[in-house]
Amino acid sequence: MELLGYYNYWVFALLLMIGFYAIIARGNLIKKLLGLSIFQSAVFLMYITMNKVEGGTAPIIQKGVEDQIFSNPLPQVLILTAIVVGVSTTALGLAIVVRIKDTYGSIEEHEIFEADESE
Amino acid sequence: MNISEHLPALQVVVPLLSAPIAVLLSPRGLAWAAASAASLMAFAIAIAITTGVLNGHTFYYEMGGWSAPYGIALGVDAFSALLLLIITGASSAALIGGRASLESQIEDHRQPLFYSAWLLAVAGLIGIVISADAFNIFVFMEISSLASYVLISGGPDRRALPSVFKYLVMGTIGATFYLIGIGLVYMMTGTLNLADMEARILDVADQSPILVAAGFITIGLALKAAVFPLHAWLPNAYTFAPHAVTVFLAACATKVALYVLLRFDFFVFQQNLDGHNFQFSAFLMPLGILAVLCASAYAVYEKNLKRLLAYSSVAQIGYIILGASLVSSEGLTAGSMHMFNHALAKGCLFLAVACLALRFSKLNLSDLAGAAKVMPWTMAAFVIAGLSLIGVPGTAGFISKWTLLTAVMGIGIGGLFLALVIIISSLMAVVYIWRVVEATYFEASKNDQLKVKEAPLGLLLVTWLAALANIYFGFNSALPMELSSAAADLLMGHLK
Repeated sequence: MELLGYYNYWVFALLLMIGFYAIIARGNLIKKLLGLSIFQSAVFLMYITMNKVEGGTAPIIQKGVEDQIFSNPLPQVLILTAIVVGVSTTALGLAIVVRIKDTYGSIEEHEIFEADESE
Repeated sequence: MNISEHLPALQVVVPLLSAPIAVLLSPRGLAWAAASAASLMAFAIAIAITTGVLNGHTFYYEMGGWSAPYGIALGVDAFSALLLLIITGASSAALIGGRASLESQIEDHRQPLFYSAWLLAVAGLIGIVISADAFNIFVFMEISSLASYVLISGGPDRRALPSVFKYLVMGTIGATFYLIGIGLVYMMTGTLNLADMEARILDVADQSPILVAAGFITIGLALKAAVFPLHAWLPNAYTFAPHAVTVFLAACATKVALYVLLRFDFFVFQQNLDGHNFQFSAFLMPLGILAVLCASAYAVYEKNLKRLLAYSSVAQIGYIILGASLVSSEGLTAGSMHMFNHALAKGCLFLAVACLALRFSKLNLSDLAGAAKVMPWTMAAFVIAGLSLIGVPGTAGFISKWTLLTAVMGIGIGGLFLALVIIISSLMAVVYIWRVVEATYFEASKNDQLKVKEAPLGLLLVTWLAALANIYFGFNSALPMELSSAAADLLMGHLK
């Protein structure tokens, strides 16, 4: 039962590996980027999971409420930053794919490779 | 309020705030001037900080007055000062010397954006080195990486695009691994400040998450640092990048990742995990040996001059790793020395390549036949830096190779084997540098190249300045030596 209790972390590991597999196994550059996004999102889940305190609420001080248990807000703030980083990485990656499509006429890895080989 | 207290903050802020200004400067040359001025100013600040560090002053700066571990702190010690000098020096040399090369390779309307990305890359790299907070390092790492992807793909060669895509994917995987690692450490210690982390990690009852974190952080940063066999992104990215960008990145980008790796492993993990010393050596030493031998062998058979030098960079990373994996004061001194000296040698070599690229359309060794007859000054500088790369006495490279050899001989009988590896790989360096010399000095030039002139004066001057620095630091190595041994003492000082 203890192992099942960590199911968030299992999902994290599974998503991480799905993303990683897509990056390695797919030749299409857009699919690679999708894989990269899943790979990064998995880590967001890990951070979000670890800040949760059982029975904890949002860390807001209220009048008349004492001994309130708070969830840790810091990992959420960190992961907001990491999400911004992830979005900009994906945006830059897509911009590069657009330019690759313009110059090579393809977004398949092996076709790009062949185009450079035949040059 | 003394201005010198604010130097660590200014070191990051100057290039960071100059970046948006550079975007607005659209007439030709202005953006370049702004970027060069900001880079030179950062170099001046780095020199001021280094002088302070050499006088025994340690810089510690709390952003916004929030004290650590709640606020984010910046700190500079001897190790970071060494890296600051490398980053800002390489950026200034590449920008000022590489102007003609950049003008010819970057389209006019893109130049303001390009120089802005350059400044962001500089600010990111400086930020990594100067930050005392693990998550802040991640953010700066991504700033510098995203900016360098833009820089590499900014050139006219279309093959830069697939290479930069590969770099982006591998770089992001590396950074994400690092993020997982610090997440796990945060989970167990509840802090992100490196010094605080080091203290609290001792109280962690269950060490296995820390061990996993150490693995993730080491692999992630090794990917960023192009440690063999995780170097697959590096050769093509360096080969097809604009030439001035290669000068800048080859001199400092991978070394900054190595810096974080060493800082994490020695400051945070090493003393707290059982047997970590042994694991660190047993993991990195074979990789260092493989890098030194395999990458040098690749370089020997490589036909393209830039890719040849890129493979040689992978080999030089191997030397630094080899020095660090000895986990001794001498080994770490040698590793840090080699960071500095390799930046000098490789910076100068790539500057010479930028000179050649302005006059020759292709950079295969066969296309460069007879280049030394038409560009004698460029090739003379190339040869000096090449000798430094090999490690010939009288050049900077000799000092670090010698320190490294002394360090490996200090570990007993196994050291003989390591010394043999270093000597074999240096001999391979002789071979690949000689192939360039043979092609450019002794082969007959092709007819259509007879009209080729020497490179423009500005670029040539900076190339020669770098070449002379290689000789100067070969005879007077006090500055890098003092910083490196202080850095090694700092790193070793955190061991049990």
